[in-house]
Amino acid sequence: MCTFGPMAKLPDFFDEMYGRGTEPRAPYEAYAKWFGGENNARLLEKSAEAEALFRLIGVTFNVYGDPDASERLIPFDLVPRIIAAQEWAKVARGIEQRVRALNAFLHDIYHRQEIVRAGRLPAEMLALNDAFLPEMIGMSPPGGIYTHIVGTDLVRTDDNEFYVLEDNARTPSGVSYMLENRETMLHMFPELFSKIRVQPVSQYPRSLRRSLSGCVPDACSGRPTLAVLTPGIHNSAYYEHAFLADQMSAELVEGHDLRVVDGRVAMRTTQGYHPIDVLYRRVDDDFLDPLTFNPDSMLGVPGIMDVYRAGGITIANAPGTGIADDKAIYSYMPDIVEFYTGEKAILNNVPTHRCSEPDALKYVLDNLAELVVKEVHGSGGYGMLVGPAASKKEISDFRKKLESNPDNYIAQPTLALSTVPILTEAGLAPRHVDLRPFVLVSPQGIEVTPGGLTRVALSEGSLVVNSSQGGGTKDTWVLEE
Amino acid sequence: MRLTVSHRTHYTYDAPVPYGLQQIRLRPKSRPGQIVEDWAIDVVGGQVEVTFEDEHANTVDLVSFAPNQTEIQITCRGTVDVENMAGVVGHQSGYVPMWLFQRSTALTKTGPLVQSLIDDVTRSDNALETLHGLSDQILNRVPYSTAQSSSELSAEDVLREGRGVCQDHAHVFITVARALGFPARYVSGYLMMDDRAEQDASHAWAEANLPGLGWVGFDISNGISPDGRYVRVATGLDYRGAAPISGMRYGNAVEDMTVSLQVQQQ
Repeated sequence: MCTFGPMAKLPDFFDEMYGRGTEPRAPYEAYAKWFGGENNARLLEKSAEAEALFRLIGVTFNVYGDPDASERLIPFDLVPRIIAAQEWAKVARGIEQRVRALNAFLHDIYHRQEIVRAGRLPAEMLALNDAFLPEMIGMSPPGGIYTHIVGTDLVRTDDNEFYVLEDNARTPSGVSYMLENRETMLHMFPELFSKIRVQPVSQYPRSLRRSLSGCVPDACSGRPTLAVLTPGIHNSAYYEHAFLADQMSAELVEGHDLRVVDGRVAMRTTQGYHPIDVLYRRVDDDFLDPLTFNPDSMLGVPGIMDVYRAGGITIANAPGTGIADDKAIYSYMPDIVEFYTGEKAILNNVPTHRCSEPDALKYVLDNLAELVVKEVHGSGGYGMLVGPAASKKEISDFRKKLESNPDNYIAQPTLALSTVPILTEAGLAPRHVDLRPFVLVSPQGIEVTPGGLTRVALSEGSLVVNSSQGGGTKDTWVLEE
Repeated sequence: MRLTVSHRTHYTYDAPVPYGLQQIRLRPKSRPGQIVEDWAIDVVGGQVEVTFEDEHANTVDLVSFAPNQTEIQITCRGTVDVENMAGVVGHQSGYVPMWLFQRSTALTKTGPLVQSLIDDVTRSDNALETLHGLSDQILNRVPYSTAQSSSELSAEDVLREGRGVCQDHAHVFITVARALGFPARYVSGYLMMDDRAEQDASHAWAEANLPGLGWVGFDISNGISPDGRYVRVATGLDYRGAAPISGMRYGNAVEDMTVSLQVQQQ
């Protein structure tokens, strides 16, 4: 028998399985009943089996800054994260609203900049931002879509409280984990899925294909040719690039496979060069085209921006969308949502102190031990300070960095991230989680896949869930109505 | 003034080039004070792949090399009617925000020598006076000379070298003008030198945006504002954004370039 209470509960945190009490919350009832009939030792065996499965299919992840572990497996925890249909409906509506606003924002900042004219966003937010690409000014991408693929990072703090942490409008990764985690769970616990009705996620690659095909360039004729542009096998997400190309019947290409031929970007095939209509690129803007951006880039495709600007190819996501990932821009998101949708934002934004502002900086320096401080352009959990978890020395070192370059940082209160139990040798134990749902945007509409990637901090009390910092993943279940 | 331009750029390589691209900004536009009567670009040894308008409203052609070429030649020919507007180009139109023209770029970065020039500028209430003064000061510090160490010097490098060509003068001017609070940009184009038909190279100058007047041109190398002898072809934040030809190619072939340019009054 498995014991699931009394769990060593972390005080002051909302647990998604038990809430703030000891009885399972409604979405977890059926699962808790099943779990109660299971044997911990058998589940631990299953856990080892899952790991072997992941190794077999090769889902690995390169971790920067760790030479000993160039290919590491992201730990998988087999206790699912469960979300009720009506909880999800609100989250999905909130994400859709936000993504709609983001696309309108991106179109605006590369055209009339009404939001600046209206005094709702200071021009410096764009002028001082390297992610703003002048080359995109006046350019309208095919189908009017900038962010074809978005991975909105959410955290939950209470029954009805979700916060957006990051919008990830550039190149969100992790969707392969969402799909593989579900596959693995279906394989290991088929009986669970007959007891509990979970909304599927397996349609994602088909939806991705359909969504990208909805944004073909003017030059496309007939059935669109899609390709995934990868920086190559040394990239940490190479597995995912290959996986997605395979799953949506697209070509997997690297920059040197492509050339400009007859006004199109074309890939070499055994029958000569074949034009690509939509390129799902997993190469950053700066490296995308050495003729227009970084001339030293070996990863990109020379001339692709010219072909793009002439209507010969669709680049997903559009160049220049990275500006929406900037954490200082993030702090304006409630205004951005309101400005372009005329509605209040459904999802909360984390209150954000911009250290570029003297009053905010003073507050942040006075309260470092309570705050999370992040680099404005950073990602992956690198270069951040989690005040409550940091040592005195870490805080004082960080203070120096912050003081010498305040513009580079924002600070946020430490959120009481919800927990979901993980399986340990001693039974269930709560660990903090976040959630990255995946969103597809096309002229036909916005589709939020029910579920997403739940990342879980595996060490007790830790609030950093990034896989690059030792986090794991869980399957995410959104229940049927 | 009706000007005819014939501009040929001929590249030769000491080995076949397997693949190469040239991005060219060589199509002048009709605008107040400048009517393009006719204009054609002819490429030998390659083909125009796409043509588009960039963010500065320059018409850009992307040219690819025919496979394994050892030479490629790009020729522009045309007739342009130019009126003397005393350098006044007019107000900014389009979507580019003014702040973009105050951003520093790799070639327009400020260093200690640029800073000392900024400090030395005589500022007058009359912006035109200030900027003409700046133009004179630059030519004084950086006399015209084609003997430079590199073709892409930053403003700071130019002041260190103490001599330069029109491109270098324009970069110093743009950098200092921006520091003084004027949006500024680089212009590439043609100038008919009165004493000859055969010109050495295409020309470059700068434009600054002045309150009330809009964009005004400054040809630092000649100490004047552009008149009826100037054909404005492309603009950008610096040389790289307005370069007549910039390219890339695969392989190790060594490139040699010759330019032949005639600008004549018809």
